[in-house]
Amino acid sequence: MDFISVKDIVKEYSGTKALNNVSIDVEAGSIFGLLGPNGAGKTTLIRIINQILAPDSGKVLLNGEPITASHIGRIGYLPEERGLYKKMKVGEQVVYLAQLKGMSKAVATEKLKTWFQKFEIESWWNKNVEELSKGMQQKVQFIVTVLHEPELLIFDEPFSGFDPINANSIKQEILALKEKGLTIILSTHTMSSVEELCDSIALINKGQKILDGKVQDIKQKYSTNTYEVKCSGWFDSMASTLTHNYQILEHQKEGNITTIKLKLLNEIPTNDLIRHFTGLGNVIAFNEILPSMNDIFIDVVGETNQQSKHE
Amino acid sequence: MLSAKQINNQSMNKISIIIHREYVTRVKRTSFFVMSIVGPLLIAAIFIVPLWLQKLESAQVKNIAVIDESGILVTTLKSTENVVFTDMGKMTLDDAQKGFAKSEYYAVLFIPKNILNSTAVQVFSNRQPDFGLKQYIAKLIERDLETLKLLKSNVNPDLLKAVQTPIFVQTIKWTSDGHEVEVTMEMKTIIGTVASVLIYMFIFFYGSQVMRGVVEEKVNRIIEIIISSVRPLQLMIGKITGIMLVGLTQFALWIVITFSVVWMAQVTLFSEPAVPKITNQTATIDSKVMAQVQALGQDDYQYALDIFGSVSNVNWTLMISCFLFFFVCGYLLYASMFAAIGSAVDSETDTQQFVMPITIPMIISLAMIQVILNNPDGSIAFWMSMIPFTAPIAMMARIPFGVPIWEVVLSSSILIVTIILMAKLAAKIYRTGILMYGKKITFRELAKWIRYSS
Repeated sequence: MDFISVKDIVKEYSGTKALNNVSIDVEAGSIFGLLGPNGAGKTTLIRIINQILAPDSGKVLLNGEPITASHIGRIGYLPEERGLYKKMKVGEQVVYLAQLKGMSKAVATEKLKTWFQKFEIESWWNKNVEELSKGMQQKVQFIVTVLHEPELLIFDEPFSGFDPINANSIKQEILALKEKGLTIILSTHTMSSVEELCDSIALINKGQKILDGKVQDIKQKYSTNTYEVKCSGWFDSMASTLTHNYQILEHQKEGNITTIKLKLLNEIPTNDLIRHFTGLGNVIAFNEILPSMNDIFIDVVGETNQQSKHE
Repeated sequence: MLSAKQINNQSMNKISIIIHREYVTRVKRTSFFVMSIVGPLLIAAIFIVPLWLQKLESAQVKNIAVIDESGILVTTLKSTENVVFTDMGKMTLDDAQKGFAKSEYYAVLFIPKNILNSTAVQVFSNRQPDFGLKQYIAKLIERDLETLKLLKSNVNPDLLKAVQTPIFVQTIKWTSDGHEVEVTMEMKTIIGTVASVLIYMFIFFYGSQVMRGVVEEKVNRIIEIIISSVRPLQLMIGKITGIMLVGLTQFALWIVITFSVVWMAQVTLFSEPAVPKITNQTATIDSKVMAQVQALGQDDYQYALDIFGSVSNVNWTLMISCFLFFFVCGYLLYASMFAAIGSAVDSETDTQQFVMPITIPMIISLAMIQVILNNPDGSIAFWMSMIPFTAPIAMMARIPFGVPIWEVVLSSSILIVTIILMAKLAAKIYRTGILMYGKKITFRELAKWIRYSS
């Protein structure tokens, strides 16, 4: 079941189409990566889902219902450019923002106390936000996003401005939220985090969706038939016996162990390849080398930019 | 699904949460507390200090040494409680100057030999002789010389006495329930000035608070979190209303504190009732009034009491309710514009180019207050009351003098219609502006935003 469905969204800004017929479907309980270069239209799309902007055409469905103001409390949003009132007490401020999401003051206060205990930051309650370090403020912002117990979380570049330790703890929190069954949309440039976190992605470039699907499927689709073989034996004998079905990209010898990276040139079963090596030596490891999301991103975006140049 | 009514309730509820925050965070600030105390003290001082100074002045006995070379006037100069004339006989002016510093005299009055053919006497002192004394001496000598000259022309002294009639002008206003002592023009002018300057300050101060609040949210980048929870319009309404309530609270505090301070000052500084209770009978001049008129210090003090004493005859209910109405209207008009500006810029320093044009009408009205006060029913006063951008200030200057009811109604109607139009424009600019960063904003750009559909 798709928890959120975006259908044929068009949004135009003074003549240029920020979003051109974009549709995405986010499965309930999954992490969905929204990728794309700067200025692709990701933030516009996120704003439309958050009802900050209205689309020129198209619609957004939440659990099958067209999205309305009454859904606001079910969404938690951590914007890319995020901030807090500097001269307001931390506790007061988070409770205020939760109230705006439709929570009662008493419940919000109660829940916030639990979060503060969990993060062991009870002493922050009566501090002004400006007294907190940037990392501390990010933590408070994270609590603001989740305090009202939304079912859908939208994180826009959640790792930007974080040091590796804090970025990792945010990563762990996001995974923990997924464990709880929440649906998460993650917009990011950090491709490694996409591989670690996302179940599916959509890639947007110049207002158009150019790629989407499950991360594993996409990687398979863009696989280049490249394999890595580790075996003991003599490389020269291996190379000479390899037929025209393979192309050796790299090889390396360390002591008795040879590591070979090669590409299958024809559609032949990998079993044949393994069989070939077992005849020559002792195979220690054999694995497929899939392209990283980073490579796919660069390839696909580069390709579409080329196409649009030619047109 | 929620019903439309529930959603409406929810949005009202969110607006009230915003109002609450805007109000509480501001009222809790130290600056609010300081303003609440300092403001009323300043206003009270405007009313009390002149009266108090006059009282101090009049309580002091002034010894005036008289060197009368003509020998004519020294005998006719009558001393009073506050001013004592002492004949110095044949002392020369030089001697008087030498001994002056050590003496207890306030001043030396020098009357030249040829006084009957001259128009000048001289007052010497080591301090600036006050204006009241100068006028009193002039009046006294004028009258004495007049009498002398008339007597020389063989006018019957009895006839002369009958002719000399000091006039004390007392203005009494007929009202539906009898009559009351009219508020003096001086008092009306003072109240008109204070009220119009005050409303300017309130509108400008709280209007720009709205702008600063909007800029703060934009610069802080908290805006995106908030508008993912509430509509931009709700935030704008909440902010403007919250800050308006802060202004009204401040005003209420000022009123209460000012009146308390003035009342306490009246009780302690001026133990006799500050307002002479003049009934209709006293309109016929009795000797007591005459005495008051003739006695110097008493005379000035009386004058001051007349001006400031009529404070209690001012229709304060009318003044305050008009102030509240025109503050709310003027504030709403300017706050909408300030909110639009705040949303369009990226930092507070960028607001300058936009703040200038919109504050020009207010500054013009401030500069025109004197003109309006001089002729509260003139055409400048009238037109400035009709132009919504200048109306609050112009009206506050005019109200103490009485404004025809139809003018008030017309001015208010124009003002309210303008507020509605302005708020709609501002909301459109605001909605687009708060999400716009790093763009060089011009008036043309703002006009474009107004045309955007939602």
